[in-house]
Amino acid sequence: MRTKKIKRIRFGLLSPKEIREMSASRIITPDTYGEDGFPIERGLVNQHIGVIDPGLRCKTCGGRMDECPGHFGRIDLEAAVIHIGYAKLIYKILMATCRKCGKVILGEEDRKKFLEDIAEYRDRQEDISDIVKLVFKEAAKKDVCMYCNELQQRIKYDKPTTYIEIDEEKRERRLMPTDVRERLERIPDEDIALFGMDAKNARPEWMVITVLPVPPVTARPSITLETGQRSEDDLTHKLVDIIRINQRFMENRDAGAPQLIIEDLWELLQYHVNTYFDNDIRGVPAARHRSGRPLKTISHRLKGKEGRFRGSLSGKRVNFSARTVISPDPDIDIDEVGVPEAIAKELTITVKVNERNLTMLQELVKHGKNYPGVNYVRRSDGRKIKVTASNYETLAEELEIGWKVERHIRDGDIVLFNRQPSLHRLSIMAHYVRIMPGKTFRINPTVCPPYNADFDGDEMNMHVLQTEEARAEARMLMAVARNIISPRFGKPIIGSLHDYITGIFLLTRGEKKIEKEITLDILYKIDVDGLAAPAGTFDHTSTPYWTGKQIFSMILPAGLNLEFPGKTCARCITVGAKCEKENCPRDAYVMIKDGELLCGIIDEVALGSFKGVIIERIFRRYGEEVTKVFIKNAARLAINYIKQAGFSFGISDEDIPIEGKEEIRIEAIREAEKKVEALIRAYEGGELEPLPGRTVDETLELLIMQELGRARDDSGDIAEKYLGIENSGVLMAKSGARGSLLNLTQMAACVGQQSVRGERIKRGYQGRTLPHFKPGDRSADARGFIRASFKDGLSPSEYFFHAVGGREALVDTAVRTSQSGYFQRRLINALQDLEVKDDGTVRDTRGIIVQFKYGDDGIDPSKGEFGKVVDIDEVINEAINR
Amino acid sequence: MMQRKDTKDTILEHVLVPEHEIAEEAAVVELLKRYKIEKEQLPKIKSTDPVIKEIKAKVGDVVRIKRSSRTAGECLFYRLVIA
Repeated sequence: MRTKKIKRIRFGLLSPKEIREMSASRIITPDTYGEDGFPIERGLVNQHIGVIDPGLRCKTCGGRMDECPGHFGRIDLEAAVIHIGYAKLIYKILMATCRKCGKVILGEEDRKKFLEDIAEYRDRQEDISDIVKLVFKEAAKKDVCMYCNELQQRIKYDKPTTYIEIDEEKRERRLMPTDVRERLERIPDEDIALFGMDAKNARPEWMVITVLPVPPVTARPSITLETGQRSEDDLTHKLVDIIRINQRFMENRDAGAPQLIIEDLWELLQYHVNTYFDNDIRGVPAARHRSGRPLKTISHRLKGKEGRFRGSLSGKRVNFSARTVISPDPDIDIDEVGVPEAIAKELTITVKVNERNLTMLQELVKHGKNYPGVNYVRRSDGRKIKVTASNYETLAEELEIGWKVERHIRDGDIVLFNRQPSLHRLSIMAHYVRIMPGKTFRINPTVCPPYNADFDGDEMNMHVLQTEEARAEARMLMAVARNIISPRFGKPIIGSLHDYITGIFLLTRGEKKIEKEITLDILYKIDVDGLAAPAGTFDHTSTPYWTGKQIFSMILPAGLNLEFPGKTCARCITVGAKCEKENCPRDAYVMIKDGELLCGIIDEVALGSFKGVIIERIFRRYGEEVTKVFIKNAARLAINYIKQAGFSFGISDEDIPIEGKEEIRIEAIREAEKKVEALIRAYEGGELEPLPGRTVDETLELLIMQELGRARDDSGDIAEKYLGIENSGVLMAKSGARGSLLNLTQMAACVGQQSVRGERIKRGYQGRTLPHFKPGDRSADARGFIRASFKDGLSPSEYFFHAVGGREALVDTAVRTSQSGYFQRRLINALQDLEVKDDGTVRDTRGIIVQFKYGDDGIDPSKGEFGKVVDIDEVINEAINR
Repeated sequence: MMQRKDTKDTILEHVLVPEHEIAEEAAVVELLKRYKIEKEQLPKIKSTDPVIKEIKAKVGDVVRIKRSSRTAGECLFYRLVIA
């Protein structure tokens, strides 16, 4: 493709002369089609300004329906009208220029300075609007013209398009558009530059319309209803109105009608021209269709999300794409996507026939439209032939080198896969196609985090790449396996989740002895080079067993060395104690030597998305292929083990024995409530000492909040004690698979304090939250403390408080998403053209430097290690261990 | 009026103001050569900027800014003073 460079773009106003020159027809008849069904000469759909009927030819260029792009026509307005889009600018110009001589009322010196400033800013390609603003402000201040000594009068701008001049005696005189035009005409060319305009391209008087361009019919095609009736475009309707009034104006004026009637018609013409441009002017009733629907006029075509700019130019609909619901399939690879056959039959890849693929393609053409087949073939002369049930056999015969074949996509083709909102680059990744039965896209659940997808009805889009270059680029840059490490925080964004983590956690916890049959069962889906030597034999049967840690080690790449504290680490160092490392009583210290897990439990920190220490290390040491296989193996291992071990979570798993409940009620909650009561008594007795920088009231609230927060934490601890580590919920929370201990606390022990804006709930009635409480009651109950657990069930007032707190969370998310969405849009618009150049600088399209070194250090966070190019400690460690 | 005791004589001493200095002619030539750019392609700073006034840089000067960076420790930045 040849690229052309745009040197410059010029914006200007159309002069009446230009409008007349480009006009192919002067339109005078408000009608469209005549009784014979043909367009009327000089009418709004006349054949000089474009054809939309098949068979007719354009009378200007001779082109047929698809050939003629259409031509502009014009309406010569009998009375000039203000262009609504420039009404405000006209007002500013009128205020800034002399009513007699038309000069901008600025002294010679000011004038020169402003002109120089504008020229200088233009030269530097900077925004001149601030200077222009100053010109208008300064010039409007003057009462007398310094060039002709004319006394200036105040002008009132009456929205949308009326200007009224007020003289010294406060008499008002309306400036008709013709008066305005005369004044604007008097402004000398040299002065126009002061407004930031160029007199050659935009004389101000052109902002008053005398000739109205009529867009070609092709821009406002009529549609034929089933009844055979024609329905015209809204723009045509509006133009009909304009022509009608224009004609009436002329007739009345020529007949010498009274001034009042003329002015009314003039005003009406102005209204129609205004609404023709913009139909949602404030304070002006919208022009409506007969049905009462407001007409869609020019501004609607341009404005907003579906308008010409955002809808047609910045974004368009594309071919070779598909969209459907996604569903999980843990058995396909992380970089695959399951595509329904029905979709595969619609999406094609164009292949050029050569001697090596000729037979293969012939075979495909023989399938016709049946999968895997071909939809179109293109002969060497460029003719495109649709493959049908009647011609596929002959086409297969005729197929020869040089033809092109549009074959269905098939296993192994590379496609782009996308989920909106596309907030970061990982929202669009390249997957390899895998054709499957069913009607949904299938993805491996481990790739959900980068897309932020789940399977509650999410839909995703797929795009089939059409050129070899695009496919190569996708493979090298966008493939899922290459994006395991997020460029945002330099950690894996793809990793184990949910049950995969629970499974591995259970497998690697403690010294599990697993007999041979089960070991093989767990490993059967995984490609391992035979079993490692058994860890020992059972005492009573003397049959061999393997440990869970050993089984996990079998999927680790050989030579991997790694040490890190896991999620269950109690951070002994922070309380001054020494880390026991491999002797950790909680087995929280993970140590891997030469691909062998020596100690530690594998959990979210090791494998999870956003953390994944092991995954990160494998990716950096062994590359994306090994990592991909590892993630897949870890998932399969986990699933097979968890199926063996059995794992469930139900409502009864939140049960706490009666003693536990009593303990929570008495030792945690009652205790806290007593303290709260004591605080309130102290406050009411005036004995409460305020904390530094806080009032007594604030202090009281703060202390109560602290106390009640502690109550919930304490009851959570008690609940955890009674649930025990073997509880499924606790297991999930501790391994990081799903949920937190807080979630468990709320379900099993105590929901705790509800808050609005970080404070206890105090809104509602005067001095109280609900009529159940006395005014001024500051007790825990009256201010939204929920003693119950979700399992126990909430009391009516507790339920209400929970709804109050919950509502704030909902409002917050609603506000946050819309705000962050807009913020994102602004950031992208500002940064989209920045590029890291070969010399490491970040520059914009003009070559202006934004950063001398990308991120100050020139390091890609997804490639470096903790912000450094290499992790020296790790390199040394590796060397020692070797 | 309340008088704050810790008011600095110059903003240059403020913790949030990185070190600014006018780059020598030779250094500027070197800089432009290194990045193969014109002066106009440098990042800009207004002559009305408080720091620029403080160090008395003129329009057309290039200032060198030593910033402490979380990623790179210290980082050098250059900006062209404009009107």
